[in-house]
Amino acid sequence: MAAVTPQSEDHDKATTMPSETEVVGTPFVDTPCMRVRDVSVRYGGTAVLHNVSLDIAHHEALALIGASGSGKSTFLRCLNRMNDTIDDARVSGEIRIDDDDIHGRDMDVVALRARVGMVFQKPNPFPRSIYDNVAYGPRIHGLAGNRAELDDIVHQCLDRVGLLAEVKDRLDASGTSLSDGQQQRLCIARTLAVGPEVILMDEPCSALDPIATARIEDLIDALRERYAIVIVTHSMQQAARVSQRTAYFHKGQLIEVDETDRLFTNPGHRLTEDYITGRLG
Amino acid sequence: MAWVLEDARSAVAASLRRRHARERRFRLLGLAAVLVGMLFLLLLFVTVLSQGIGAFRQTELMLPMDVTAAQVDPLGDGSRESLAAGNYDAVVREAIHRSLPGTAPRADRAALVALVSVEAGFRLRDRVIAAPELVGQRVELWVPSSDDVDLYVQGRVNRDTPLAARELEDRQFDWVDALAAEGRVVRVFNTALIKNGDSRNPELAGVRAAFRGSLYMLAVMLVLAFPVGVAAAVYLEEFAPRNRWTDLIEVNINNLAAVPSIVYGLLGLVVFINWLALPRSAPLVGGLVLALLTLPVIIISARAAIKAVPATLRDAALALGASRVQTVFGHVLPQALPGIITGTVIGIARALGETAPLLMIGMVAFIADIPRSPLDPSTALPVQVYQWAESPDPSFVARTAAAIMVLLAFLFAMNLLALMLRRKFEGHAG
Ligand SMILES: Nc1ncnc2c1ncn2[C@@H]1O[C@H](COP(=O)(O)OP(=O)(O)O)[C@@H](O)[C@H]1O
Ligand SMILES: [Mg+2]
Repeated sequence: MAAVTPQSEDHDKATTMPSETEVVGTPFVDTPCMRVRDVSVRYGGTAVLHNVSLDIAHHEALALIGASGSGKSTFLRCLNRMNDTIDDARVSGEIRIDDDDIHGRDMDVVALRARVGMVFQKPNPFPRSIYDNVAYGPRIHGLAGNRAELDDIVHQCLDRVGLLAEVKDRLDASGTSLSDGQQQRLCIARTLAVGPEVILMDEPCSALDPIATARIEDLIDALRERYAIVIVTHSMQQAARVSQRTAYFHKGQLIEVDETDRLFTNPGHRLTEDYITGRLG
Repeated sequence: MAWVLEDARSAVAASLRRRHARERRFRLLGLAAVLVGMLFLLLLFVTVLSQGIGAFRQTELMLPMDVTAAQVDPLGDGSRESLAAGNYDAVVREAIHRSLPGTAPRADRAALVALVSVEAGFRLRDRVIAAPELVGQRVELWVPSSDDVDLYVQGRVNRDTPLAARELEDRQFDWVDALAAEGRVVRVFNTALIKNGDSRNPELAGVRAAFRGSLYMLAVMLVLAFPVGVAAAVYLEEFAPRNRWTDLIEVNINNLAAVPSIVYGLLGLVVFINWLALPRSAPLVGGLVLALLTLPVIIISARAAIKAVPATLRDAALALGASRVQTVFGHVLPQALPGIITGTVIGIARALGETAPLLMIGMVAFIADIPRSPLDPSTALPVQVYQWAESPDPSFVARTAAAIMVLLAFLFAMNLLALMLRRKFEGHAG
């Protein structure tokens, strides 16, 4: 795990809304995988994200928590430029992945999304076979030279999400015929198949039962060896279980980022404390 | 508190009864509406069927033809050219006379000839040309009767019919009866109806030319309206920015869908015939006009089908790094295809039933020849229906209904095909 450099040892509770320079905790790390600086988002005339600055470390799971509408999904969608697909969304600020500016001239959005994968709230496999679901990404990016290589990628990815044993006899079955939990793991496998560095997950378990949720959480922990993971979650227990750092959003502002243990036991900001103790939305 | 609870229960019970009654009433009303609809549909089918079914069969008479060289081989060399120039009508005339003892060859000539169709001579000629050895022999040949005899054999006219309402006299009925007694009268499947183009003689009139015309127009529409409509819908739904211009386009497409069809006919007349100098009465022009007419319907229904594809599917593809085009053609369109097909077929089927715009571009001419290309003059099935319906001849009344049946069968076949395609793609898309 990357070393976390605490930016502020001061744990007196701040009570006012911090300006962008006053995020409580440790938003920045050495050698980050992704670097977010001063990112704001407006939908038409309404600003929904204000000057968020944050680093995402290699091999960490970063949890984003906060009330509904606090801008967690919006922030997440900045990281792979999915906000580009919304007509009136305007993103400002700077985001870098391994020092490459994701809004830069020589950054193709297609290439970016191969590096920053995304898993959605509701499992959304393609209405095609399980095999084709996983093979789709490698196919469009030309990652496999021949059928055998493609087979290999598909098997590996299904194996890594623990799905191979369950479906290897019916790779031709439709992806939509699987259970919800299996579908979500299929979606993760599909994302792995394009070889990303970062995986974004927007409440990946909110449509799943506790057992399927536990499997995904284990999976996230295993995936952390190779990928940086940013996960939005409504469940503070989940954040505590899977993440190393947690960021708390409030009304479009990043209030506090800290090591998960510390944030939940000793929050640095009044709003964070209110939220995790259940006094706030 | 007990009495409050009691009160609430009885109030709920009372309102429940009212609600159930309302529900029952509404359900009955709905059922009645469906039944009324079915009734009218049934009525339509029964009328059309009962009127048109007779036109699918045609009376034929078996006549003993004496094929003499003097009449059918004017050059006397038995060659094809010579046989083609023979006077077969005379042979037919004598055959009728011979099979009806007691008729006078000259005095009754017109009355006798009125029993058979003009087709009889042609059929004999074709037979003799195909088998020249028949010259000099007697041939028993089935030939089509005139449509008046056909009406009598069907029982649509009889001796009680007022003379003004029938073409044949009582003695001609007697002759037909006499032939029937010898087994020389049958009704067989009316091949003319499906093999021939239009004709002034009802017994020879067919829907082939009109059917071909409709088929060519269908082809033109499929080639033009479908791809253009889907492309426009995809562009507007997936690629065009939302601004004042696209709003304006949207409003205009909706307006175009409401423009009366005859206006499209006028447009076709001016643009395709006057400016582009395309031929009049051609199915190509008809197809172009109908394609324009259908385009807004296809665009609107295709847009609705595309809009109905869940955004999560687009997100899934885009998040994997698929481009806009890959997302649309690989995921959105396949998912929307069943809906697009349904909309397209409904639009095209409606257009194929249109008559008004075709009147404007001259597709109402009398066309006996079957068109061999979309540029040949032609009519269309609904126009044929319209033309035959104008004729007071009772034989054409039956043929009108028969043409309606062909038109309906054509449209039902299209809908069935669409249904099958839809099933196929739905199965395919999961
Ligand atoms: N496509 C959009 N157009 C306009 N406003 C949006 C759109 N998506 C989200 N918003 C608004 O942005 C704010 C943040 O939303 P979101 O990022 O989805 O919050 P969260 O994921 O934390 O619940 C909300 O007020 C929401 O209404
Ligand atoms: Mg959200």
